Amino acid sequence: MADEVPEAADGSDASSPSAIGVMGGLRKMCETAARTLLASGVGMSVMVGNGVRGLATASDAATERVEELQFTLGEGPCIDAFASRRPVLMPDLEDGGLRRWPVYASAVQELGIRAVFAFPMQVGAARLGVLDVFRRRPGALSPKELSEALTLADLAVVTLLDGHDRASPADGLDGAVERRAELFQAQGMVMVQLGSTIAEAMTRIRAYAFASDRRLDDVAADIVARRLTFDRDHP
Amino acid sequence: MTTVSAERLAKIFVEVADTLVDEFDLVEFLQMLADHAAGLVDASAVGILLADQNGRLQFMAASDESAKLLELFQIQNQEGPCLDAFNTATPVINADLRTAGARWPLFGPRAAASGFLSVHAFPLRLRNELIGAMNVFGTSVTAVLDAADVQVVQALADVAAIGLLQERAISRGEILTEQLQAALNSRIIIEQAKGAIAQAQGVTVDVAFTVIRAYARSTNSRLVDVAQLIVTDLASIPALAQPTEPV
Repeated sequence: MADEVPEAADGSDASSPSAIGVMGGLRKMCETAARTLLASGVGMSVMVGNGVRGLATASDAATERVEELQFTLGEGPCIDAFASRRPVLMPDLEDGGLRRWPVYASAVQELGIRAVFAFPMQVGAARLGVLDVFRRRPGALSPKELSEALTLADLAVVTLLDGHDRASPADGLDGAVERRAELFQAQGMVMVQLGSTIAEAMTRIRAYAFASDRRLDDVAADIVARRLTFDRDHP
Repeated sequence: MTTVSAERLAKIFVEVADTLVDEFDLVEFLQMLADHAAGLVDASAVGILLADQNGRLQFMAASDESAKLLELFQIQNQEGPCLDAFNTATPVINADLRTAGARWPLFGPRAAASGFLSVHAFPLRLRNELIGAMNVFGTSVTAVLDAADVQVVQALADVAAIGLLQERAISRGEILTEQLQAALNSRIIIEQAKGAIAQAQGVTVDVAFTVIRAYARSTNSRLVDVAQLIVTDLASIPALAQPTEPV
């Protein structure tokens, strides 16, 4: 239920202008990520429904096909990362990858890929998709690269929630994905107030904060203190 | 003086070992450790923080609400014993909160105002990696840790860190990262669930947490699984999904 994404990334609206804008924004992030992470390609899958289908975008056309491959095959790090809600880091597909994903691992190795790193694009129970980093050489991501990949996954979440590419890495992540317990509690409260999914509640809180030019923290504090409630029509 | 009872300690380590082989839930595990560690030193409270991918500490568990607030206060103000223990990789032992204003101008008075008189903080280490810190607060001036106590509490902190490795035989750094990220996200799911229950039942988020824990225990479920279900499909748990009271 909560694993849907806001309408912008929903498969049924994939051709709407806002969906194109979002996917375009994600594609740009993939291109930047591929350069920053010294990857042969970076892809993102935006999950629809229970995660069996994904809307893929990538830093280049070849990587986009690789990204789509796991949905065709029904296995791979991206699917595991989504299901387990945690990163799946496979620095050498030959060492462990073949055992874990026999079909997928041989297929991508034939394409010259030796390492795959998959990062869920999620905030708590809201799972929106997965970021995949592909490399042609085996080896782990450095701590700095790991941190950058996780930050990118967070930025992708924000882009999906806001329905457009508002956040940029230059803004820093502090304003993009707040980590205060109170904000997460506020998300749960607004979800019940709206009878919506957690992702929709997050989108509404962010939109409200943006529209009223207030800090997310302050809005969350008001929600938790019950000074501010949401319903289907307002605020 | 030795404040740690051997009997109590033995019970804790048995429960820890039991948790590690059972269906594993890191958040619940850290919560249990915080609760138990709090019992080690007279009338104390315990809080546990873990570092995220950017090395910023995040709240994971606390034995009570006052300890939780003090952990959050340290994170918010970037000041306090937990941060010192984490940043220096060295325990902070027997700091007297009545005279700690110089060392922690914000945290010291705040902790003292919460009724605590002493504080200790232990780095959480796994192999050579620093992954977080554990705070121990004391309400009694006699709750002073001696050298043996310090070793015991540090051992407990080390156990907390080992808990991060579900597959303990595997030494790959990747597993640690995967586990740590999963734990941080689990904590977020729990906060979201607390908000949902607070709204659905018209209670505070702290009462909501008690409700969720009690439900998880009564159904023998993992805390994070219950939280997950609350956020994704609250209606499927009629016992928790009471009608919303407009507030």
